[in-house]
Order: sequence, then structure tokens, then C-alpha cells
Amino acid sequence: MSTTTTTSTRRGKAPAGEKIADWADGRLGIYGLAKANMRKIFPDHWSFMLGEICLYSFIIVILTGVYLTLFFHPSMAEVEYTGAYAPMHGVRMTEAYASTLDISFSTRGGLLVRQIHHWGALIFVAGMALHMLRVFFTGAFRKPRELNWLFGFLLLVLGCVAGFTGYSLPDDLLSGTGVRFMEGAILAVPIVGTYIAMFLYGGQFPGNDVIPRFFSIHVLLVPGIMLGLLVAHLILVFYHKHTQFAGPGKTNNNVVGMPFLPVYMAKAGGFFFLVFGVIAIIAGTTSINPVWVLGPYRPDQVSTGAQPDWYMGFSEGAIRAMPAWEWNFLGHTVNFGVFIPLVVVGILPALIALYPFFESWLTGDKREHHMAERPRNAPTRTAFGAAWISAYFVLMIAGGNDLWATHFHLSINAITWFVRVGLFVVPFLVFVFTKRVCLGLQRRDRDKVLHGRETGIIKRLPHGEFIEVHEPLPQGEMHRLTSHDQYAALEAGPSVDDNGVVRKQSLVEKLRVKMSQGYFGEENQIPKPTVNEYEEITSGHGHH
Amino acid sequence: MSSGSENNMSPEHLPNEQDAEGTVAVPGADHPFADPGLPAHQPRKQDIDEKAAKRSERVVAFLFLLSMLATVGFIASFVAFPVDDIRYVWPLGHVSILHVMLGVTMGIALFCIGAGAVHWARTLMSDVEIADERHPIAADEETRSKVFADFQQGAAESGFGRRKLLRNTMFGALALVPLTGVVLLRDLGPLPEDKLRHTLWGKGKRLINMNTNEPFKPEDIETGSLSFAMPEGLEYEDHDFNTEIAKAALMLVRIAPDEIKDQQSADFGVDGVLAYSKICTHVGCPVSLYEQQTHHVLCPCHQSTFDLSDGARVIFGPAGHPLPQLRIDVDDEGYLTALGDFEQPVGPSFWERG
Repeated sequence: MSTTTTTSTRRGKAPAGEKIADWADGRLGIYGLAKANMRKIFPDHWSFMLGEICLYSFIIVILTGVYLTLFFHPSMAEVEYTGAYAPMHGVRMTEAYASTLDISFSTRGGLLVRQIHHWGALIFVAGMALHMLRVFFTGAFRKPRELNWLFGFLLLVLGCVAGFTGYSLPDDLLSGTGVRFMEGAILAVPIVGTYIAMFLYGGQFPGNDVIPRFFSIHVLLVPGIMLGLLVAHLILVFYHKHTQFAGPGKTNNNVVGMPFLPVYMAKAGGFFFLVFGVIAIIAGTTSINPVWVLGPYRPDQVSTGAQPDWYMGFSEGAIRAMPAWEWNFLGHTVNFGVFIPLVVVGILPALIALYPFFESWLTGDKREHHMAERPRNAPTRTAFGAAWISAYFVLMIAGGNDLWATHFHLSINAITWFVRVGLFVVPFLVFVFTKRVCLGLQRRDRDKVLHGRETGIIKRLPHGEFIEVHEPLPQGEMHRLTSHDQYAALEAGPSVDDNGVVRKQSLVEKLRVKMSQGYFGEENQIPKPTVNEYEEITSGHGHH
Repeated sequence: MSSGSENNMSPEHLPNEQDAEGTVAVPGADHPFADPGLPAHQPRKQDIDEKAAKRSERVVAFLFLLSMLATVGFIASFVAFPVDDIRYVWPLGHVSILHVMLGVTMGIALFCIGAGAVHWARTLMSDVEIADERHPIAADEETRSKVFADFQQGAAESGFGRRKLLRNTMFGALALVPLTGVVLLRDLGPLPEDKLRHTLWGKGKRLINMNTNEPFKPEDIETGSLSFAMPEGLEYEDHDFNTEIAKAALMLVRIAPDEIKDQQSADFGVDGVLAYSKICTHVGCPVSLYEQQTHHVLCPCHQSTFDLSDGARVIFGPAGHPLPQLRIDVDDEGYLTALGDFEQPVGPSFWERG
């Protein structure tokens, strides 16, 4: 064909870069992908950076983790320590602990990589938590992003699993206590708990298998699943295109920002180095998990102030605050004192994970939503999210009740009782308070649109009255403050239909109407100003 | 959520209907709240002043240069500082010089690349905002019907619906085959049997002081003290030392006999010397914080508090039952010995505990 000859002549003269690209395209078909994505537009907002922090810290943790596997021995074989750290000479310990000491004291840069790994993991989980809250409070989980929300949630849960199995590996006194805690928690599971514990630990606690098994979970199973989820998460971000906040020129069917090549290539690529650089400096100057201070694990020894890493703090709190309920019946024991906290620790994250499906059921809204909402414009959702956070923090306080007691000279019993009551009362108060704040902010927005912004200029009218001059907002700003969706609350509907036949309303439907009233009814959202209201006010001069 | 309830709901509560493209219909685009469109691009200093652009260029190049220097510094530190050089550095305290130098140089090397790239993007690359169209995620009707038609054709050609025997046996096979994997997991560990009920303690086993490795005599234990013991025959070098001590760890206290509230507890001891399991009945931490005035012992993990003068009754915290007590006596040579194993399982409770 003639086209073949023309292309081949064109390609014959092409520079080397083009030739390589053509070669790759002929085998991988990359030009289609590049056409769609090379100049892909990404909107800009500081909060969109949180997800990037997660991505980059994940990469950093993978890189440093691979390095650590080169030196770490995941073995529970006992050795007598003879390495570089003199205070431990002659101490019996597992190879896992001994090799962790070697990484920290005899391998040049080993301690740095270990600390980058641990700091990176903490930042990874913290980044995911903040990223999730950003998505939650801006309603960015709505259709079409519900599945990506779940992928992200699973990544967060798996991140915690990876964190727990990871910090258990050195087999030091603190982490071993965590592994023992886990055994006790598993034993509390009715019927199968004892079996699961025997199978996980390869016999009785601690046995000789748990460290190598945690190692497989930590370096292979969990990161493998996470990598898959992460790729799926990113593909969906590209496919859906990023959400954006309202503003002039920004609509539900466009995305406004700057192109991936070159701006985000440079910004996002550069941001990877910023995150890595900051973590490296933190790791170089701030000690984390100094296992040599703690000593090797012995089941009959423990240190005071034992705490898990921060993200497990809420589970620790649940287990500390729970009253000692233990039932014996028919020759069996149910340890509710441990089992109920386990259930709570499962339910609390599940509430937030399933929320998008609840909201879409409530609104019945089947449209795509690409505009990130301002938290104030969804007062009930925002209040729910804030209440959820407060429940998490109340449990976290319980997780460190001993530290609160010693640092603030409080009674540990009083703190525990505060948490037992506070777990129910605090989220309620936070819910009410947050909703009031959101409604107040909505009122202020409404006021600003209708009456303009306060200029701080006081004017005296001819008849002596003082007024403050209000300046109308620019049109773009008025658009921004009025462009959000507002649902109308569902009505219960007539109890009989047009033909006089009694309409059956299921309980679920009644609940939905009630909930909808609570979300969108009067007093639960401030109606945004209408054009008519605006024109009525601006035409009547002299009023303010 | 069923379609039935949707039919009963009017869609009137939804804000605005979307048209086929997914846009929200805006009535009358010239009202005061209408979208004025993207604001005009505001040029930056670097866009209009070549000198400012040159300055930005120099800053970026300087950052990249700094990164190179820091990498050289990293390599130099790696070679120059010994791994065991621990020194006092304000405000970090006693640190490994090598470790800090590696961290800081590596951090600077990475950070400067990032800072340079971001500064480059912010000051020298175009910051003109561009709008990209979105397209509905869901496929159009034509694609949708084609997919369904293809699927139905494929399903029909497979005979999946028609040949029920094939289908059902295949489901059966697929349902059974994962069992191979489940069965393979069986040897992850032994069955529990009564392993959690027994410890190394038994009749005639002496109580060995974990500090001195010598057997205890009652007079070794002073009133108000807390001592730890392990069963005779257990050695630190034993392969299963940790697994045995995880159940057998014992704490010894001496309480003035008139202060012991529980008669059975007093009978289990010798002249006020009481031997309790050290393993918390909550989730298994070793309880070890003893308050000699009140005879309370506190678990440092979850703050379960036991009253050792009252049969280790739980007086606060999440533990569900008292610490088991070991029956002890004095043998012919005057050493403390166990009269048997614990009568109850030690450590956290479990389903079969009873």
C-alpha cells in the first residue's frame, strides 16, 4: 500500500526518540493511550495532594522493604547475641531480633532504611486516612466513584494489616506483646477461636512459626493484593477524571486544570522526591521503634506504656475500655470483654466504608457527580463524618489511657469511665455541633450572595444613619456559592392512592422518608439563594 | 433499594434533570448567578519579564546542583564515617553520625530534585487553565444492546442454559475443588485438644527463682515483695522455653495471713506466700505492677487490676476472671514446691475453657 511506503520514508528520517516510540507503538499500541492521557487535565487543589502522598509513601515503603529483606532473617531460631550492640551481648534472642539489631548497628545505612520504612509506613497510613476523609467530606465518593472508594478503603485496611505484621517482625518486647494481644483476641472468638490460634501460631503461643508466617503475609500476600488494588484505583482515577470544586467555568461535564504533560509530570513527579526527601530527613534525625532499647520478646516480660502504632490505637482503646463481661454456659466460655471490642473494631470502619451506598439509596440519585462538594453544603453527612472521627478519637484516648493518666495525673479508672460513656455521648455532641456550624456557614454564604461582602467602610446617610457598605460579589463568586445541588426532602406521600386504595408503605420506605427529612428537610439545610430573591433585594435600594 | 420502591418515589426531590450529556439544565444563562466561564489567564511575572524567568531558571538549576552535591555528600559520608561512631549531637542526643549524615544528605538530594521540579512547573511551565470534556461513564444504548446480544449469543452457543446436567456438574466440580486448598491448610498447626489447660507445673516441681535460678524457700520471700518463678526443669536454653514460660510464668507474693480475705487462697499458699499465674486472664500480658499496700497487681497492657489478697479477684479493667492460683507447699528440704498443675487454664479465656 502506498501509505506504508510514505510512513516508512517518514520514519526513516525520524530522530532516535521517535524511532523508539514507533517501535514500542508497533508492539504495544502505546499511541492510543498516550493520545488520551498525555495531555490529560488535572484540577488543582491542595487537598488532592493527599492521595499522592499515599502513592509515593507506598512506593518508598516497597523500595525500602525490598532492601530490608536482603538483611532480615525471619526466623525464630534462638541465638546468643554476639553482634555490634554491646548492651545485648550474651542475651538470648530470636534470629529475627538479632538480624534487626545487625541491620541497625552493623549495616551502613541499614538503620536509615529501617527508619524510612517505618516512618514511610506511618505516613502512608496517615495519608490514606486523611485522603479518605477528604473524599468523604467533599462527597467525591458519589457515583461513579463508589467502587474506587471501596478500593481505597480496602487499601487502608490492608495498610493497617501490613503495618501490624511489619512492626511485629523484629520480635522485640513491644511487638511481641502485640502478637500476644492478637492471640488473646483470637482466642476470644467463639467456637473457632482456639483452632484459628493453633493454626496461625503453628501450635501454642508463641511457638516457632509466627514470625516467618507474618513475614510471608507482610512482604508477599498483603503487598501483592495492595499493588493490584492500587493499580485499579489509579486506573479508575484516570478513567473517571478527577473531581473538581465549583468555580467559574467549571461544570459537571468538564474538568478544568493543567495538562499532565508537562505540568503534572513535573509537579507530581517532583512531589514524589519531596515526600521521599522529607521522610529521609525525618528518618535520619528522628528515632522510631528503637527495638534495641526494648530487648527481645519474652512472654513473661513486658514494658509499661505499651502502645501499638497509631492506627491500631482505636482497637487497643476498644479493648481497654470494654467492661469485663465473660459468660460461662454449658461448659463454654464467651469472652465478650474481648469479643465485643473486636466486633466494634470491625463495625466502625465498615460504617464509613458503606456510607456511599447508604447516601445513594437515600437520595435515589442516579446521576454522575464530578463536582467536589463543600462540606458545609452537606451538613448531615459532614456531621456524621465528624461524629465518626470523634468516636475514633475517643477510642484512641482509651488506647493510651495509661499515658493520659501518668502525663496528666488523672485516675486511670476515671479515664476508662469517661471513654465508656464518651464513646456514645461525644459523637452525638459532635454531630449536633458540626451540623450547627455547617448550617451557620450556609447562612453566611447565602447572606454574602444576597447582600454582598462587608467592606468595613462605614457610611453616614444624609439623615444621620450609619450603615456599612456591602459590596456585591463578583459574578464568578456568586456562581461558585450557588452552583451546588440541593435535594428536596422526600415526602411521606398520601396513605391512600387516587383510587382510594390504601398504599402500603414498607418500613424501609418510611425510614427513607424520615432520613431524607433529616438530611434535606427544613432546618437541616439552608436553601441557597434564588435569582428572584437576589433581584428583589438588589432592586430595593436603601435596604440592607 | 428495590425497583418497586423507586417507582413509588417521585424524582422531584432531585435538584435538576440532566440531559443526555449529563449537563444540568440551567434556565436562562444570563442571570446574576450564571457561570461567567473560565476567567482570563493572569500572566505571571515570568511570563512577561524575561529577567524574572531567568531568575527562576537559576533557582531551579541551583536546586538540581544542590541535589548533586548532596548525593556526593551521601557517598562521601558512607565511606568516611564508621558505622559504630555514636556521638552526642545537639538536639538529637546520642546518635550514629553515619546514620544522621546519610539521612540528611539523602533527604536533601531527593528534596532538591522535587523542589526544583515543582518550582520549574510553577514558574516556567504554562499555567493556562484548560477545560477537558467529560463523557458519561455508562455506555450508550447501542453499545449496551450489542453487549447483551453478544452475551446471549455466546451463552446460547455454549448450551449453558439448555444442558443442565453439564452446568450442574460443572458447578459441583468448581465448588469442590477449592477444598483441596483448604485441606492443605490443615497442617498449619495442631488441634487445640487440651493444650491450653496444662502448664509445665506438676506435683513436686520446685519453684525456681527467675533471678537467681535457685529454688525458692518461703523465707526468701519478704512481705510486700513480688518475685517471679518458673518450674524446675525448665531451662532458658530450651527450644520451647518461650512457649512454656508463656503459660507457666508465676508470681509470688507474701501477704500477712490476717490480710488474706479468701480462705481457699490462703490454703493454697504457705504461711501467706501465694503463687499466682503471671499471665493476665484478659489477653495474656504478664501482669507485673504490684502495689504492696493494697496487694493490687496491675496489668500494664490494659490495666486489669487484681486483688491478690482476695484470690486475685478482678477489681477493675477488662479481664473477665481471676488469675489462677497454684497450690504450693514446702518439701522435705524446705523448698517451695507445686502440689500439682493450675486447676484452671491460665491466660486468656477461650471457648472450650468452660
